[in-house]
Amino acid sequence: MDLGVWAQVGSYLPVLLQGLLVNVELLLGLLALGFAIGVVAALLEVYAPRPLGFLASAYTWFFRGVPEIVLLFLFYFGLPQIGLRLSAFLAAVLALGFRSSAYQAQIFRGALLSIPTGQMMAARALGLSRLGAIRHIVLPQALRLSLAGWSNEFSSVLKDTTLAWGIGVVEVMRQATYIRARNFTLTLPIYLTVAFLFLVLTYAGNFAIGMAEKRLRIPGLEGRG
Amino acid sequence: MALLRVEDLHKRYGHEEVLKGVSLTLAAGETKVVIGPSGTGKSTLLRCINRLTEPDRGRVWLGDLEVTARRADLNKIRAQIGFVFQDFNLFTHLTALDNVRLGLLKVRGMGRREATERAMAELERVGLKAKASAYPAQLSGGQQQRVSIARALAMDPKLMLFDEPTSALDPELIGEVLAVMIQLAKEGMTMIVVTHEMGFARSVADEIVFMEGGVIVEQGPPEVLFRSPKVPRTGEFLRKISELYGEAG
Amino acid sequence: MNLVFDPSWLPRLAQGISLTLQLTVYCMALGAGLGMVLGLVRVYGGGKFSPLYWLASAYVHFFRGTPLLVQLLTIYYGLPTMGIVLGPFQAGLVAMALNTAAYQAEYFRGAIQSVKAGQMLAARAVGMSRTQAVRHVILPQALRLVIPPWSNELVYMLKYSSIVSMTALRPETWDLFGVGRQIASRNFRYFEVYTLVALFYLALVLLLTLALRWVEKRVRVPGLGTPGRGI
Repeated sequence: MDLGVWAQVGSYLPVLLQGLLVNVELLLGLLALGFAIGVVAALLEVYAPRPLGFLASAYTWFFRGVPEIVLLFLFYFGLPQIGLRLSAFLAAVLALGFRSSAYQAQIFRGALLSIPTGQMMAARALGLSRLGAIRHIVLPQALRLSLAGWSNEFSSVLKDTTLAWGIGVVEVMRQATYIRARNFTLTLPIYLTVAFLFLVLTYAGNFAIGMAEKRLRIPGLEGRG
Repeated sequence: MALLRVEDLHKRYGHEEVLKGVSLTLAAGETKVVIGPSGTGKSTLLRCINRLTEPDRGRVWLGDLEVTARRADLNKIRAQIGFVFQDFNLFTHLTALDNVRLGLLKVRGMGRREATERAMAELERVGLKAKASAYPAQLSGGQQQRVSIARALAMDPKLMLFDEPTSALDPELIGEVLAVMIQLAKEGMTMIVVTHEMGFARSVADEIVFMEGGVIVEQGPPEVLFRSPKVPRTGEFLRKISELYGEAG
Repeated sequence: MNLVFDPSWLPRLAQGISLTLQLTVYCMALGAGLGMVLGLVRVYGGGKFSPLYWLASAYVHFFRGTPLLVQLLTIYYGLPTMGIVLGPFQAGLVAMALNTAAYQAEYFRGAIQSVKAGQMLAARAVGMSRTQAVRHVILPQALRLVIPPWSNELVYMLKYSSIVSMTALRPETWDLFGVGRQIASRNFRYFEVYTLVALFYLALVLLLTLALRWVEKRVRVPGLGTPGRGI
């Protein structure tokens, strides 16, 4: 590998970044979906009556036990068969988002359970309803405690967005494949460049979450993990 | 009419019957101090009064409102009964001010400015105006308990329930909390206090209630109970507790 | 909607399961060996400025910070340009092993560091060398502590093994997912086949989890707690 190779890689950098942008869009979509469902599932598991809590547990168990690729293929190729035709991007957001919601639910559930019961009791003693107590007292504390676990989940799903390549989403790995097809000698440097881009994104993301954690930190409310 | 009437409360946890038929009444402005060995249902009694714990049997009235009625609006009732916990239970993620303000905003539906003013006034009353923006973890135990009293007072309660408010505190911090409670009693607040602080009981209580084994063994004005209890067990307990905790407080 | 399940899929899916399990077991074994070495180097490798420590750390950061798929394609498509050619199965296995080694290194490091400092002192006090102390006192404890995170990792790798067939759908990469993909591409019963594949993975995960829980109980030593896994 001489310098000429890296100059060529450099000329492809905009295309790679364009692909990476799709990964980031996927990431934001699936994290948001996963967060929304994850919070609800965790609340159901902890606070809802048996049948509902059981349903939530079954849901998280299913989506944690099935490989991402199987979910991606099931959503993209399988669902049209029962009348649900999704774009590859949407299928990826849903499949990876549901999967992430199951993991996020586990993180939130642990955090909810670690809030001392006295907090709920004091809120109820003031006259707050159960829902009000969860919303104003338990959840704000639990979400702060979840940040550490959440940053793990972030790193993990960021990397898993590349799996959307398998159902034809034109993200960074797909772009890399196009480049490779045009110029075989660039194979190794292109993949190494993609790897480097992910390293940068992973560390940048974790740094940002760390900053958020610091800003949101409240004395006396720290993870007891 | 009595402000609080408790009739024949029963509560069982598994095999253990913690309350075996407890009745008492409280007139407006009255302070009752409940004493007794630990594990005799004092805390359970307090929690059954605002139904933080659901009694198995028996009835509770606050004024002419039945707390134990099936359709009672519990949140509305609880908002009128201040509760102070042994371990404070201040909301960890909220400042002192927000702890006091939360009930006003979310339960009373008060506007933000009015709620802030009221909360600051309550903090001033317990001597902690300067600590308004501190988080619970930044306050001493005594300060935390005073904030939790302010939090309860802000709701304009008709009745205050104190569940061993000083027993989680270091000895040198007990005084500041008792001072706030004595002031409250003087101002005519109706209260039930579960405590081992005999000095406080003597100087403030209109009546002392001695509980043991899930029942009220004896109740009466402090001077009567301390000097000539009817039941020998009462005198025995009072002597022991006075030795342990001292007379002052 | 008309669902079709054909029993003739089952024997082939069963063969796929066998390859999936092989991949998982091999990569976990290779990963454990390499991971333990990396973990030991990260703890006892001579501090932040020794080249050995630095190398091990770079390895761990690289393989944990980049996607497994990128690692796989780099090995399968990239290495041949430098004259190193691996078949799709070997490429998959190597990628998975290198990847899991980085994660396992962190579990070993965590476990070693959570063995109380007094254990090393006591071992040295009875006259053991540092190496002896690590081997006879620290590692036996650390290995037990590492079981819970290691169990999680095993389940992760079982699921991740499904990416080997992403390089090329050739008979040697027909793992559980590969078989499913191959069946579905012939008869277009995507929904039924992938649902079935998903259920098989769930069953495997469940069986593995139960088995590992049993092992964990068997090797438990009173007083040696499992480390907190955080929330």
